[in-house]
Amino acid sequence: MSSRDQNFKNFWRDFSVNRIAVFALFIFLFILFVAIFAPLVSPTDPYDLNSVSIMNSRMPPMSEDFAGNLYVLGTDGAGRDMLSAIFYGLRVSLGVGVLSGVFALIIGSIFGISAAFFRGKYETIIMRIVDIQLSFPSILVALIILAAFGKGVEKTIIALILVQWAYYARTARASALVEINKEYIDSARCLAFSNTRIMFKHILPNCLAPLIVVGTLQTAHAISLEATLSFLGLGLPITEPSLGLLIGNGFEYMYSGDFWISIFPGIALLITVASINLVGDHLRDMFNPRLQ
Amino acid sequence: MLEYILKRFGQSFLVLFIMSILVFVGVNLVGDPVEMLINPEADQAEVERVIRELGLDKPVSEQYWYFLTNALKGDLGSSFIYNEPALKLILQRMPATLELALFSLFISLIIAIPLGIYAGYKPNSKASKIIMAGSILGFSMPTFWVGIIFIMFFAVYLGWLPSTGRGEIGSFLGIESSLFTLNGLSHVFLPALNLALFKISSVIRLTRAGTREIILQDYITFARAKGLSEKRIVLVHILKNILIPIVTVIGLEFGSLIAFSTVTETVFAWPGMGKLIIDSIYNLDRPVIVAYLMIIVTFFVFLNLAVDILYTFLDPRVRLKGMNQ
Repeated sequence: MSSRDQNFKNFWRDFSVNRIAVFALFIFLFILFVAIFAPLVSPTDPYDLNSVSIMNSRMPPMSEDFAGNLYVLGTDGAGRDMLSAIFYGLRVSLGVGVLSGVFALIIGSIFGISAAFFRGKYETIIMRIVDIQLSFPSILVALIILAAFGKGVEKTIIALILVQWAYYARTARASALVEINKEYIDSARCLAFSNTRIMFKHILPNCLAPLIVVGTLQTAHAISLEATLSFLGLGLPITEPSLGLLIGNGFEYMYSGDFWISIFPGIALLITVASINLVGDHLRDMFNPRLQ
Repeated sequence: MLEYILKRFGQSFLVLFIMSILVFVGVNLVGDPVEMLINPEADQAEVERVIRELGLDKPVSEQYWYFLTNALKGDLGSSFIYNEPALKLILQRMPATLELALFSLFISLIIAIPLGIYAGYKPNSKASKIIMAGSILGFSMPTFWVGIIFIMFFAVYLGWLPSTGRGEIGSFLGIESSLFTLNGLSHVFLPALNLALFKISSVIRLTRAGTREIILQDYITFARAKGLSEKRIVLVHILKNILIPIVTVIGLEFGSLIAFSTVTETVFAWPGMGKLIIDSIYNLDRPVIVAYLMIIVTFFVFLNLAVDILYTFLDPRVRLKGMNQ
C-alpha cells in the first residue's frame, strides 16, 4: 500500500467517527453530482422555450399537464418545471461559489505565505489591509463592490473573491509562520532553493489542512451570499438563474399562496449550505490540535 | 500611546479617502442616469441641459473634487429622484433601521443566552445537542429565504402579523419610535426576528463556549462547596461572568446587524436606509448610493477605531504590541 493510500485511510478513519458529518458529505456529493449532470438528470430543460408552455404556469406540486407530464415540485410563473429549474440553479450556485472560493484560496495563500516569508513592511501592509477588510461585514463589502460597479457574473465572482481572500490570507500566514521555523525549511534554504520553490513546494503543502477547513466553511458562505445578492437583484443577471434568483422569482407569487415557487429552491439552498457547513465543522474539530 | 492613537486615526482617514475614490469612480462608471431620468421624447438640447445641470459633462476627476469638497462641508449631493439632499433622505430613514436593529439585538439576546447557558451547563444532554444542531442550521439558513417563509406562514397563512411596512409611531420621553405602540410592535416583530436569526446562532455558540470554561473555574467549585443552590450558581455566578465577553462582541456585531438589515428591509418592505440603498441602486440614483456607502463606511471605520482604542486601555498586551509597531 502506498503512503498516499495510507494517508487517506487514516483520514477516513478520523473523519468517519462523526456519523452526521459522513451523512452530510454523501448528501453534498449527491448534490454535486446532480449539479454537474443537471442536463442529464432533469426531467425537462427549463430554459428550452419549445418545451415550456405558459399554459402550465403556477401548477402546484405533483400535478400533470394535458400531455401527461408530471411536475413533482410544480411549475413557476412561466410554466417551467421547478425540479429542473432547481437542478440547473444548483449548477450556477455551486459553480459561482466554488470558482470564487478556489480563486480566493489561491490569491489569499499567495499573499499570506509571502507575508510570513518576507516579513517586514510588506507583511505589515498586507496584514493591515486584511484587518481592515475583515472589520467590515461580508455583505457590506459585496454591496459596496456591486453597488459601485454594477451586476453581472464576473462582477459577482470578483465581489465574492474580494470578500473571501482575506480569510485565506490570515489563515495561510498564521500557519506559514509556524512552518517557517521548522528544520526542513532551514535545510531547503541551505540547498539554496529559490524563494518561490520554498514557499509553494515546501511551506504551502504543510499549510493545507487549515486552509481546507476555511475553504469549506467559506464556500458555504459564498454560496449563501451569492443567493442573497442575486435575490436583491445585485448579483447574477436573470440569464444565469441561480437558486437565489429562483427564490426571488417566487417572492412575487407568495401573497397568492403559491408557496412552492420560493420554498423548494430555498430548501435546496439550505441543504447544500448546511451539508458543507457540517463537513467543515467536523474537519475543523479534526484538525484542531487542542481537541486531540 | 498617543502616537499609536494618532497613527490609527491617520489610518482611518486614509481608508475613508481610498473608499471615497473607489465608490465615487465606480458609481460614476456604471449606467447612464440621464436616460432613466429624462422623458424619452426629450430633444438633444433638453438632454444636454440636464447633463449640464447634474454636472455630468465634467471629467470624473473634477466631479470627484467637487464631491469631496462639498462632502467635507456636510453636503453629499442631492438625489436625482427625490430632489432632496441625499444626507437628509438617509437621516430620515435611519431611525427605522436603528429601531429594527436594536429590537432584533434584544430578541437575539433573550433567546440565545438562556439556550447557550443550558447547552454549556449540560453539554451532553439531548436538548443541548438539539440546540447546537439548531445553531448550525441557523448559520446555514439564508436570511432572505427565512424572511419569505415567515411572511408566508405568519402573515399569509395564519394572518397573525402584518408582513410589510412600519407601524404607527409613538412618542416616549421625546423619542419617536414605532416600538412604543402595539401596532408598531406587531409590524417590527417579524423583520426583527428574521434579522436576529443569524445572531441567535452565533450568540448561542459564544455563550456555550463561555459557560463551559467558567464552569471549570475554582469559584464555581467553591460556590458549590458553600452549598449554594444550582439556580443561584447559574443565575448569578455564571451569567454575570459570561456577560462581559458577550457584551463586547455584541457591541461590534451591532454594526453587522445594520449592514444585514438591507436584506431584511427589502423582504419586509421596511422603510429604512437599507431599502433606500437597494432602491437607489435600481434607479441609478448615484448621489444617494455614494452618500449611503460613505456614511456606512465612516460608521464602521470609527466603530472599529473606538473598539481598538478601548482595547488598548483594557488590555495591556494590545498596548505593547501597538507601541512596537
